[in-house]
Amino acid sequence: MGLDINTKKAKKNAFRIGKVRGEGASRIRVPGGYLKAEILGQVQKIAEEYGNGIVHLTTRQGFEIEGIKLEDMDKINEMLQPIIEILDINQEIPGTGYPASGTRNVSACIGNNVCPFANYNTSEFAKRIEKAIFPNDLHFKIALTGCPNDCGKVRMHDFGIIGMTLPQYDPSRCVSCQACIKGCKSFSVDALRMENYKIIRDEEKCIGCGVCITKCPTRAFTRSPKKYYKLTLMGRTGKRNPRLGEDFLIWTDEDTIVKIILNTYRFVKEYIDPKAPGGKEHIGYIIDRVGFTEYKKWALEGVELLPETQINECIYWNGIHFD
Amino acid sequence: MGYQITRETANRVFEQLKQSYDIFAPKFFSGEGCFSDTDIIRYGKVNTLDEIQWEHRSDYSFKESLFAINETLFYFTENETTVPAGPEKKIMIFLKSCDLHALKRLDAIYLENGPEDFYYKRLREKAVFVLMGCQETCATGFCASMGTNRTEQYDMYLKISGDTVLADVKSQELQTYFQNTDGRTCEVTPDYVTENAEKVTLPQHLSVDSYQNPIWEEYGSRCIGCGRCNFACPTCTCFTMQDILYRDNENVGERRRVWASCQVDGYTEIAGGVDFRKTQGQRMRFKVMHKIYDFEKRFGYPMCVGCGRCDAICPEYISYANLINKLSKEEA
Repeated sequence: MGLDINTKKAKKNAFRIGKVRGEGASRIRVPGGYLKAEILGQVQKIAEEYGNGIVHLTTRQGFEIEGIKLEDMDKINEMLQPIIEILDINQEIPGTGYPASGTRNVSACIGNNVCPFANYNTSEFAKRIEKAIFPNDLHFKIALTGCPNDCGKVRMHDFGIIGMTLPQYDPSRCVSCQACIKGCKSFSVDALRMENYKIIRDEEKCIGCGVCITKCPTRAFTRSPKKYYKLTLMGRTGKRNPRLGEDFLIWTDEDTIVKIILNTYRFVKEYIDPKAPGGKEHIGYIIDRVGFTEYKKWALEGVELLPETQINECIYWNGIHFD
Repeated sequence: MGYQITRETANRVFEQLKQSYDIFAPKFFSGEGCFSDTDIIRYGKVNTLDEIQWEHRSDYSFKESLFAINETLFYFTENETTVPAGPEKKIMIFLKSCDLHALKRLDAIYLENGPEDFYYKRLREKAVFVLMGCQETCATGFCASMGTNRTEQYDMYLKISGDTVLADVKSQELQTYFQNTDGRTCEVTPDYVTENAEKVTLPQHLSVDSYQNPIWEEYGSRCIGCGRCNFACPTCTCFTMQDILYRDNENVGERRRVWASCQVDGYTEIAGGVDFRKTQGQRMRFKVMHKIYDFEKRFGYPMCVGCGRCDAICPEYISYANLINKLSKEEA
């Protein structure tokens, strides 16, 4: 008797159907790439009991346990349960594995848990987004990065979230050492200059990276109490027209970003090509079809931007065209 | 005179003190550390006893309360100069033993090293000092090695333990604040540490030959010249001058003195572009020798008080304490 498997269901259940007949891989999403080390032991156990002992570290901060038998999917799902619980993945029926795989893992750079450059806790924000959007089968890619260095390569995602801080300057603590100016020039965008021995920040140029703050030896420059973000839109890889995401909102906040992402799901449900293979169409192509103005209308519904937020009212993408 | 009073009474005394004093103490500044979601403790004006950080050593020393980072010396118009008025109120500074020993060094530089410094003196005369005890050693401090772990040179010692506040008040003026309270008098002796985790031995035979020691270039190659060690140090007193011409009228302006660091570019640069200490190694040598050798030659005791702030704040993990121990080891 041949294997009788609903591959569409299996894929949505986060299994890959491999090229060897009857074999595949179990995909474990780790939101924000942030996990307790004990999960590694659990992954090892599944890989050695049901796979071929090999685990691939995915490009989106997950594990792919190779060489599993498709007939073992139910048993693997049971073994995945403690992992799903530790990672606090939204799940309706326990023991049934990851409930969706269309929306990709929300990935993040290491963030301010460790990195001196990061402007916020990337994994915490990644988890907040995870809780708001999963399970979901629509094809969304979201990534977070702590600062404009963009180690998370978020501009290659539908939604790129880049941490910013608004430098607070106290001239009475400034000793004119110019460490901030030199730092901004060599590490960032050269937005600082000195006049009358005090620092002037070009607000148009400043990208909120925070280098001036980390360089300041006297705490004349400090971080804004409020955390700010840049939201970039519709970067993508792919066959037809790979491109980098463009800035949409600058100096925005977490609540706004979560609302816009949720609004975008509604937009996609409304406008997705009903004939899209596997119900999967990149958001960017949908926006290309219906126009940015229509997208923006949906994206900003019920959103109240901060007074300091800069918005790019119209976005044009270029990228490489093969179509 | 020692007093034991309740916390509530201490709060009332504090309120009364505030009438006559601006009170400066180590304070917690949330989110103002170098990195995201990090905090710092530095000096600031406090309004309640609760605001004072008793346990942790401040990242930056008390000196900014007495010797401002930026101080306007005078304003000038075309034909006249005006010296800004000094503070009206007296000032009260809460500090630990190491810092109180550092005060002696500040006084030496500003009051006993040639002509008295007018600006320092007028503030210093208005200042009283409240000792905060140390029950445990801080991580990088080596006060015991430097003999700065204890002091008697305070106007008042204050200790809060739960609902009880203990005070040893030496200043007669300050005693008046305690005399009419409902507390009782008792013997109060300051807490101090007798041992630190960090131990430092000063070299005894530094000489001109020390100038050639390769240790300076070794550390100098790691130093980024940011000046944090100087700015955090309670005994660094260097400043530079800045003349500011107001943008709307360049005939009017002010002269400021601003903290300077011997590690930062420009410190030894003079007219014509000559720079005496070009490399970070040369600058490191100058700093260390001043702290443990030159100053002592002039005043009879080392400048460094062993507070350990420079070690804790260095972004390049240069340990001044370890550098000194290496110098001593070489002698042995």
